[in-house]
Amino acid sequence: MRLKDEIAFITGSARGIGREIAEVYAREGALVIISDIKLEDCQLAVDDLTSRGFKADAFACNVTLSADVDQCVDKIIEKYGRIDILVNNAGITRDNLFLRMKEEDWDAVINVNLKGTFNACKSVSRAMLKARKGKIINIGSVIGVMGNAGQANYAASKAGVIALAKSLAREFAPRNINVNAVAPGYIKTAMTDKLSEEVKNKILEVVPLGRMGLPTDVANVCLFLASKEADYVTGQTILVDGGMVMY
Amino acid sequence: MAVAEKVKSIIAEQLGVKIEEVKPEASFIDDLGADSLDTVELIMALEEEFNVEIPDEDAEKMTKVGDAIKYVEEKSAA
Repeated sequence: MRLKDEIAFITGSARGIGREIAEVYAREGALVIISDIKLEDCQLAVDDLTSRGFKADAFACNVTLSADVDQCVDKIIEKYGRIDILVNNAGITRDNLFLRMKEEDWDAVINVNLKGTFNACKSVSRAMLKARKGKIINIGSVIGVMGNAGQANYAASKAGVIALAKSLAREFAPRNINVNAVAPGYIKTAMTDKLSEEVKNKILEVVPLGRMGLPTDVANVCLFLASKEADYVTGQTILVDGGMVMY
Repeated sequence: MAVAEKVKSIIAEQLGVKIEEVKPEASFIDDLGADSLDTVELIMALEEEFNVEIPDEDAEKMTKVGDAIKYVEEKSAA
């Protein structure tokens, strides 16, 4: 087991990619903190994990509110004493062509994706700095690297979390805290189910591996970055996109 | 424990130095080997222990052990 007894706090983990990261981490022996905006959703995921003998606990929080995140992190640390791994996964989309994009679409996406990541990093880093140990993984997106028509807000937020990871990697390096980003390409989740068949087919034309990714494909890379095997990896962005972007 | 002694022991623990080295005239960075992150963590530890808020502009002025002791003494007496 590669994450035996590690405490992993994963935001937005009631469903989608976050849920899969929790699954993979739990299988590797971590105690996973399932966090999402609704406690019932967290509890469902936790019940599913614990019913199969995995270690999981539910802590709801709204990542856009720093006080909410602080309180949530305080409760986790009070109960478990530490947080070894933070995965900033909570994210939303509000797609529209730029001319039609409203200020609230911009704000909503930046608030959840970018400020939410800032809030969680801020709350958790204090304990990690003290412990002189930690792994932080920001879930970016290939869109944050290459941009996308109709996703200016999402692209900006995801480029933001990638740059945030690089800056924190430099700042926290002397304290043995590794900060990296994972940038998924097109992954089969509720977020991409919304896309039309036509758009999906277009996407597949530019994916060398010729298929959409699965949440597990992303979770496996997150597992590597959270494990001891990645102790000498920091400030990196690993693209999990079937080869769509190569650089 | 008097405030001064408490501050010194926090400094020693935070910076991983011997308590004898924590003299009032000792500079955190030049004498006690602290880096910028250490000084921020030290301020956070003092805030936590004495339940005071230390604004950034005050924190910047605290470069020596004596500065920190004086600051915390004044703050906690108020």
